[in-house]
Formats: sequence, C-alpha cells, structure tokens
Amino acid sequence: MIRFLLNETLVELENTPSDTTILDYLRGNHSHKPDRKTGTKEGCCSGDCGACTVVIVEPKNDRLNYQTINACIALLPALNGKQLITVEDLAEGKTLHPVQQAMVDHHGSQCGFCTPGIIMSLFAFHHELPESRPEMTEALGGNLCRCTGYQPIVDAANEIAKLTPSDRFKHQEQETLQKLSALKSQLDNSAAGVFMPNSEQELADYLLKRPQARLLAGGTDLGLEVTQQLRELPALVTLTSVTELKEVTCSHQVLTIGSAATYRELEPLLASYFPDFARMLSRLGSQQIRNSGTIGGNIGNASPIGDTPPVLLALDAQIELRKGNNIRSLPLEDFYLGYKKTILEESEFIARIHIPLQSHQLKVYKLSKRYGDDISAVLAAINLELNDKGLVTKARVALGGMAEIPKRAMACEAALMGSPANPETLRQAQEAIRSEFQPLSDVRGSSDYRLQAACNLLERYFLEMSGHTARIIAHA
Amino acid sequence: MRKLPDIATTRISSKTAKHDSAHMHVSGTATYIDDRPDMAGQLHAGFGLSSQAHAQIISMDLEAVRNSPGVVMVVTADDIPGHKDIGPVYPGDMLLADGKVDYVGQPVFAVAATSHLAAKKAAQKATIKYQPLTPVLGINQAMQEESFLRPEHVMHKGDANRAIAEAPRRLEGTMSNGAQEHFYLEGQVASVVPLEDNQFHVYTSSQHPSEVQKLVAEVLGIPLNKVVADVRRMGGGFGGKETQAAGPACTAALLAYKTGRPVKFRIDRLQDMMSTGKRHPFRQSYRAGFDNQGILKGIEIEVAGDGGYSPDLTDAIVDRAMFHSDNAYYLDNAIVTGHRCRTNTASNTAFRGFGGPQGMLVIERAMDDIARATGLDPLDVRLNNLYGIGERNVTHYHQTVEHNVLPELMARLEKRSEYRKRRQQITAFNRGSPVLKKGLSMTPVKFGISFTAKHLNQAGALVHIYTDGSIQVNHGGTEMGQGLYVKIAQVVAHEFGVGLEQVQVTSTRTDKVPNTSPTAASSGSDLNGKAAQDACQKIRDRLIKFAAEHYQEEPENIVFSDAHVHMKERSIPFVELIQAAYFNRVSLSSSGFYSTPEIHYDREKAQGRPFYYFSCGASVSEVLVDTLTGEYRVERADILHDVGRSLNPAIDRGQIEGGFIQGMGWMTTEEVVWDKEGKLLSNSPATYKIPTIEDLPTVFNVELFEQDNPEHTIYHSKATGEPPLMLSISVWSAIRDAVSSLSDYRVSPDIDVPATPEKVLRAITKIKASDQTRALNKMETVHGVD
Repeated sequence: MIRFLLNETLVELENTPSDTTILDYLRGNHSHKPDRKTGTKEGCCSGDCGACTVVIVEPKNDRLNYQTINACIALLPALNGKQLITVEDLAEGKTLHPVQQAMVDHHGSQCGFCTPGIIMSLFAFHHELPESRPEMTEALGGNLCRCTGYQPIVDAANEIAKLTPSDRFKHQEQETLQKLSALKSQLDNSAAGVFMPNSEQELADYLLKRPQARLLAGGTDLGLEVTQQLRELPALVTLTSVTELKEVTCSHQVLTIGSAATYRELEPLLASYFPDFARMLSRLGSQQIRNSGTIGGNIGNASPIGDTPPVLLALDAQIELRKGNNIRSLPLEDFYLGYKKTILEESEFIARIHIPLQSHQLKVYKLSKRYGDDISAVLAAINLELNDKGLVTKARVALGGMAEIPKRAMACEAALMGSPANPETLRQAQEAIRSEFQPLSDVRGSSDYRLQAACNLLERYFLEMSGHTARIIAHA
Repeated sequence: MRKLPDIATTRISSKTAKHDSAHMHVSGTATYIDDRPDMAGQLHAGFGLSSQAHAQIISMDLEAVRNSPGVVMVVTADDIPGHKDIGPVYPGDMLLADGKVDYVGQPVFAVAATSHLAAKKAAQKATIKYQPLTPVLGINQAMQEESFLRPEHVMHKGDANRAIAEAPRRLEGTMSNGAQEHFYLEGQVASVVPLEDNQFHVYTSSQHPSEVQKLVAEVLGIPLNKVVADVRRMGGGFGGKETQAAGPACTAALLAYKTGRPVKFRIDRLQDMMSTGKRHPFRQSYRAGFDNQGILKGIEIEVAGDGGYSPDLTDAIVDRAMFHSDNAYYLDNAIVTGHRCRTNTASNTAFRGFGGPQGMLVIERAMDDIARATGLDPLDVRLNNLYGIGERNVTHYHQTVEHNVLPELMARLEKRSEYRKRRQQITAFNRGSPVLKKGLSMTPVKFGISFTAKHLNQAGALVHIYTDGSIQVNHGGTEMGQGLYVKIAQVVAHEFGVGLEQVQVTSTRTDKVPNTSPTAASSGSDLNGKAAQDACQKIRDRLIKFAAEHYQEEPENIVFSDAHVHMKERSIPFVELIQAAYFNRVSLSSSGFYSTPEIHYDREKAQGRPFYYFSCGASVSEVLVDTLTGEYRVERADILHDVGRSLNPAIDRGQIEGGFIQGMGWMTTEEVVWDKEGKLLSNSPATYKIPTIEDLPTVFNVELFEQDNPEHTIYHSKATGEPPLMLSISVWSAIRDAVSSLSDYRVSPDIDVPATPEKVLRAITKIKASDQTRALNKMETVHGVD
C-alpha cells in the first residue's frame, strides 16, 4: 500500500496501479472519482511546462523540506511516506495564502492556466531556508507562462522573498513532522505493481528475483514512457527509500556519490570541489526536474545528451555496479557501448559514482538554444593540466551531443598532450575534434553548428586559461 | 464624452482593477473545460493522425481501434451527416481527412471511449495504407511550383520602379521568418452535451464561439438555433483558438451526436502541436531606392506567406502583412505584392499580430541595411523615414495616417532610454571586447486597428439589472487572459456609477449575444466595450426618463455616481431607483450593438481606410552576444507604448510586457522545425523553447504613453492586444547590430527570424570571413604597426 498525506488527510492506496501519475491521480483521469482535484493543470504531460507543479514535503534535519515536482510525470510511489500539497490547500477559507495574495496584487496571472503551478513553485520558494534558497529565477525557471512575460511574477516573487514563513504550514510544522514520522513507521515495502526496498541489500536481492522490474528513481525519464508512449509499467522498484544510495561521502581523496542522489542535493555538495559542475547542475532541467532527477538516472539512461556524463568523463569518474552481492567498478567510459546501450547486465544496478579528488582545471560549457530548462546541443567538459613549462600534461575533453554516447575526444586529447597551450595547439586540437566527430543534425542544432561550437568551446577554454573569462552565461 | 475617472498609473493601485479571475487563478478554482465534472455516461475523444505529408488513403482498417478496451464509437469523414469541410472563410479544412491527407498530423479518424487514455491508446491501433504523393514543403518550393491557396494581391502608390531607378542609392535584401507555435498553456479542448430535441451545448475553448456554433450545426446538418457555444475562459489563445478550436468542438459534437452521450475532447500537447497551425512563416524581399540621408524614394516589397494546406485565414494574414510592410515609415513610391503559398503542413493561422509582424520585419531589416550602407545610426534612418504630420503621411494603400504620435513618442523614448549615450558606450565596449559584443536597437510599431474583413467590425452585448441592483453583462468577446471581462465590467460599472463588485460578467454564449465576431484583431474592448456601453446607455436613458417623471426632476439633472442616483432635489441609492423602476414596469434589460464607423477598403483598387486608427509604440533593446557560440542575452529593454486613455493600466501593462516577451521568443529561441518528409520535429516543449523567467531582460522598463485616442473609441482608449508583440523586433535588430559591430558596422548581416544561437554564430562566421571585415582587420594591423 502507498501511504501519504494529501494536505492533512492520510491517503492509503491499495489497488491504484503504481504507474499512475500523480496528476492523473489528482484529476481523477483514470478513476473518474467525483472528488477530483482539478486545481493542478496538465499543460504538456512531459515535465517541461510546470503547470502541474505540486509540492512534496518530507522531514529533513528536523524540519520540513518543501520541494516542487512535476505531477504529470511523477508516479505514485514518489508520494510514499510524504505529504503532498496542491494549490487548493493554500488558502484558508477566503483568505489567500501570502504567495497567492502577492500574485494577485502584482497582476501575476492572465489566462491563469500556468498560475497554480507558479503558485506552488512560489510556495516552495517561500519555505526554502534562506541559506539554501535558490535564485528566484532558478526556482521558477520550470514554470512556463505564455501571457505575462514574467515581470509581474518576478515582482511577486521579490515580495515573497522578503517574507518569513508564518503560514498554517509553518505553525503546524511540529505536528506535521510527527504525522510523517508516525507514517514512516507504518510504511509497506510493496504496493500495486511496485516494490519499495528500504536498503541496498533488499534492492539487490529483489532485482535478482525480478530482473524485469523497472528501476524508478526520480522518474523524470521513465514517467515519459507512461505519458508519451502510453506504456504500462507493471513492475517497478523504487530507490526513494534506499538511503545508502543517496549518500555522498569523501574519503581517501575520492568523492563517492550514491546513484540516487538528486541534482538538487548534489549541487551544493559539488560546489566546493567542482564549481563549474555545480553551476551546470543549476541549469540542468528545471527546479522540478532537479528536485527529482538523479545522477544515476542521468548516467544509466545513456542518452547522448545527458549533461552529467561528459563532466564525469572529464573527471575520470569510476562507476560502481552491483548485481546481487557482486560489485564491480569500472571507468565510466567503459560503461557506454552504443546508442542507449550500456554494459549493465540484467539485475545489475548503478550503485555509486567515484570521482578522484585530484587537482583539476575543469570547465563545463553547456550550450543550448534556450538558457534555462533546455537540453544541450553541445556540452563540453574540459580538464587540462599544464606543467610549469606550459606543456599539457593531462588532457580530458569530453563532449555530449556530439556522438551516439557521451564521449571523450581522444584524438583531441592526444593533440593536446605534451604540447604547449598556444594557438597552434588549439588549432590542431580543433582539427582533431572535426576529424573524430560526425554529430547528427537535429532539432537542437545542425552537425556543422555542433562541430563549430565544440571547437569554439575549446577555444574558450584556452582563452580562460589565459585570463579572458568573458562569458555571457554566468552559469557554466 | 464621459470618461473614467483618472486612473493612477502605479502598478498597485486600488483604482487599478485586478483581473476578475485573479483570486480564482491563484487558488486553482478558476474552471477550465477539462476541470468540469464528468457527466453520467461521459465519453472522451481521441484523434488518429496522418503519418504522411501528402498521400491518398488507400485503405483504413479500424477494426482494432473499435475493439480496443473502452471504445464506444469510431468515426471517419463518411460518418459526418452535414458538412465535411469546416473552412472558416474558404473551403479546404476537412474535419476528418476525406480520402486524402495533406499533412503529417492531420486528423484522419476520431474515437470516443470511456476514458481519455482509452481513446488515446485505441487511436494508435489503426492500420492505414497510403499511396504517397509528392508534398510541397516550404515557401521556396511553393513559389517555384506556383502552389498557391489564393490569388496574389498588389498594393501600389506612385511609380516605385522609376523612383528606385532614379534614387541616388539602391539596396536589396531577402529574408525569412519561421513559424511560431502558440503554446497556449491550455491545449485545444471542447466538451459537448447532447440535449433534447437534437440540441447541443458546446463548451469550447474558442476565441470565436459563433463560428464554433455555426460549424457544429453545419457538420451535424442542423440549424444554428440548435447549438449553443459557451466560453467562460481560455487558458490562452493568442490567435490559435480563433478558427482552430472548431476542429475538436465539431469532432466532439459529431461523437456526441452519434452516441447520444456527452463527449469531451482534450487534445494533448503533442497532438495539439502536430495537428494545429502556427504563425505563418514568410519570405520577404525588398528593393529600395534612397538618398544619402537614408530617406526612401521608392521601394518594391514582396512577401510570401506559408499558409499550410488550406486557406484558413491566410488571405487576410498576408493582406495584413502587406498593410504593415511600411510599419511606421513613409514609403513614397511603393509596390507591395503578397503571395499566399500552399504547402503540406498544418494550416497556419492567426497568431497575435496576424501577419503584421511578418510585414514589419522586412522594412525594419531595410532600415538597418540602409544604415550600414549610409553609415548613419539606424535610429536616424528610422527617424528620417517616419510618417510626417500633415505631410508625407499617405500609406501605400492610400490611407492617411492621422494623429501620428510616433515622432513625439520616439523622441521621448530616445531620451528616457539614453539611446545616444548608450550607443557611444556600446561602440566603445565592442572595440575593447573581442569575444562578447553588444548590440542596441530602437524600433517603432504602428499597428492598424480593425478587422480588415469589414463585416467583422461589429459587436453585441446584453445587460440585465436585477432587483437587488446587481448587474449582469454578457458580450460577444471571449476571455483568454487578456482582461477583457474586467474591462467590460469597468465600462458597465462606470456607466451606472456603481462599484465593480456590483457587476458580474458571465460566460460568453451564443444564445445571449448572437452572431458575434471572433475576439481577435486586438478589437475585444473596442468593439464589445462600445456595445456594452450602448446597452447600458439604453437602460440608463429609460431610468432617467422614469426618474424624471417619477420624482418630478429634470432629466439633465440626473447623474449616476457613487452607487447613487443624484437629482436636483434628492439623491437615492441606485438600487432604490431600480426597485422603483421595476415596480413601475420599466425594462431593466437591454441589448447593445456597435459597428466601427468610417472604415472601408476597395480590394480591386487596393485603396481605402482599412483601419480606424493606429496603435503605436517603440522599444529599445540591448543585447550581449557571445561570438564563440552565438548565444546572447537581452540585457535591457525600454518600452514606451501608446494605449490611448487606458481603460486599465495594469491590464494594459500586462499586455505590453507579455506581448514583448512572446515576440522576443519568436525573434530568438522559438524555432519550428520539420524534417525532410514534412513531419514536425519541434513537437513538444522539450524541443520547442518559449521564453522562461530566466530570459526576462535584466532591466525591463515599460511605460504607457497615455494620450486620449482622438477617435471615438470607448473612453478614448486604444487596443493593446497585438501591437506590443512587434516591439520585440528591436531584439532581433539589436542582435544584428551586435554582429554588425564585427565589421565596424559596415556589413548588415543576414540573420533570419528566429535568430537562434546557431544562426547568429553562422552570421558571425560569415561576417568574420567577409572582405570588408578582413580589410578592416588588416587596416587595424597596419595601424598597430604604426
């Protein structure tokens, strides 16, 4: 059974299939139940517009942590043991919640269809701790509005940023924490079509028995199979409560990241080691996606346009795979075999990523048509080391969007190795990129553009090494 | 002429009425069609779409669709009892493909099932065999093969060819703009309830309920009086729901007719983007003659719009592009030709600006090109070419431009935005910045207000006063977020001198106000505001006549204000007069009507006054371009926009900001891409990128240019829906300016719309390799040696 708090009411789902999206559940699209909650809207059903934004609440450091997600692609197991808050829950009678009132006061809605999602993003933003509160534009970057041009929403958000939360949710925080804690002790590890292990061992054992079960972590990609390809996912296994896989540790000069750590969790942790990596993460997807999506998912998905694999390749990351009790570690570049094909065996899962903490000069460049919430046309992660004579002693150039897999530019690296960091070396390294990559032309960019941009990003790296740090895009 | 009390222009003001639905929007209680509760026996519809751009249908095997779980009904064109064609003006829009498909994504059959998902799953199970035909893809192919939807139209004034030949200088240029997806957040949706005696109630998310009513009746082969179309609100329209909301409404009606059950049709995003039309792509070219001040002596302009597979509104859209190919400039001698291309894509349709933006692009490009050729600042070329006041003021379609506010408006904006100072700073910045380049541009907008189809310039309203003094108003306009309802409520409240809370605007229904025009062409408040005022004034005249007799007062002494009726000897609450009138059997209900005066256009002669007046504005955009990747940011935008005497400054500001950003999206990242087979690739928000909050200009100054509209519009206001979109042309022009800086402003780069980073990088590469730039670099090297 899946158990969660819908606002303040305990909901127990016995028979609802676990591949039901939260949005379909709320709106009663499958059940035709009379108590549909239709405040949450469907705009795209692909996690790209934010009209369906709802807030998931769970305890974190003895406080409540409010996170936005896209209800259109999130599946019901994501709710297990948590509180779900939707736009209907904010006002108290006729008194609007402060974030709602700010939006009204600033004329922040026109057609109103994106507004419930924006309200929920503002609500989560309102409840962020000041020390970890993201930029307002980051918090709202995943909410498309076609009417207002965003200015009144920015005005409303700026007003909200000044307020200290003192709403019903804040006043009832202790009570809610208790309820959630009580709920946690009653949780089942299975429900209709899903197994929800609480430990890595349970997960490993289950996958041996049920190799066909689909791993559900953030679900930002798997959810699309349900909503866009109309697939049924009758056997799911979730990683949400496998705490070992969410851990990030550092020992013996190796940073170890659990595969189920979300982008949002990783961003502050990576900031001190790899600032450019962390900055890029703030542009990966939207806040809703960053709150759900995991690094293991980004790797295992094996998409040629995933943003973290090239960075991990440039950092010589090792990937730890587990099958039953067998654990193997290999360089990430050996993980990818071809388009959407990996070395992962049946019943095997990505457990951890290990990044050696050596000195580095990592720069990450994410190039996309739109600044925010867009998939990269090219992602370049470049990491060169120079000796005191100015010769390149180590070269890692990894590119996304340039081949059928995230790929190191081996010829380019070879051209750089041992050479002085000068224009002639740059030219040869760029030529090497042109010789070893034949990128596709697609909706995000032509083959020529990708090649030229990749070469120019290498030029940018050279410019930055020599102190020309002019980038428009402050982030990555 | 009565006017609203002066309204403070501050953003938050008690005098600035909020959107009537704002409190419902923010709490999730505003009801959209998909939010309506299911009815007993509710069915849900789905489309099966064509996979081919152009093909004969050889066979359709729908057995598996019929047998799919939950399916109740499957229909094809053969099941339509009435009209199969739902073309709004000319024939050509098939409700369901009839033996032939004309684009990928064309609806071929429809399903009704017990759930939305069941309908979608079933629709995937069809086996359709096609005999492919050669498709026409793109304007170039259409022009080459003379594939046209409608005959070309030509507007001319003077002798353009001679003027160009005799001009001291000449230039020509060709460009194009891409399509734009509306991306209304609420997709196309309709819900139809069959009633007794073959009547149908149609809830539709449409800008044109009267057309939905008519087409549903025609498809079902029943009289119009059997159908009520009902629109409370749309989750965005932008033109995309002017004609193309009819498809799902008619399909749902057909399925309701066949099954006798209520049918809801909500098209999901992917199918919406595949099956509905977009803003017209255009190819534009010009050949101009001008003098050393950059002043046009003569110009030849050719525009070709890609209408997709059917006429839809393409004729009027290309006409409007032609009407706006002067934008704000006196063309002197001009010949303007417009082609209406037929291609194998979804039928392109109305989108905020309705061809106007595509027409303006070509003349704005010419202004920049002339600036590079003459070495003048592009702003000076623009100012030199503006329509004059009292002279140089006749358009190429022979309408005199009256009450021209642009010289004053642009002078004011030039000063407020510190254009000249920033121009110097930017030129200096660019000299010292090898990788990042800044660009600056100021462009005007002069947009003609009125439907160019004269008969559409009419509106109706219906006002009731109830015995508690509360007022209900209904009108022909629809609410799509633009704040029309609150503006109409303001008009009614003002006419009766009562508070806004006393006025309820009800959903737009064809049984309350018949034969309405679409809410389009920015005309919503102009037309419906006047019609509502007319209805109010009729009731008020009756009330005054009654009060004069009843209270023995002089009619001219009776004034409605502060929720009271003030007379010479007494003042009574409004509701008291209403109750007295009721007891004395005075009608408290009236319809109202309005038709725009003075407009006419003789298409044979291409002469007339198609526009009642012009809405104007100007913007200054500053961009920063990365010459390594082609990426850019809009750093600052300053806007001054003419709204006449604003009915509601907050609402108008929202239209200006929203229009600018929507236009900016089209100028920059919104790229509609098809593959070689004519299949839409940018078919979801994952691949089609409208602006996010992160794209908002870092500095965004928007001000209203408030000055009474001298024409007799509602309280001397001006239309604000579409014109601000075209303010965004300055973003495109500023990007070209930044790239031009690489040649020290000698080369005017070719960058089509949208100026995606890829296109910008291509232009940068080209300009770096151009002779002029190479010569320049060489010169600088030589200077360096000196």
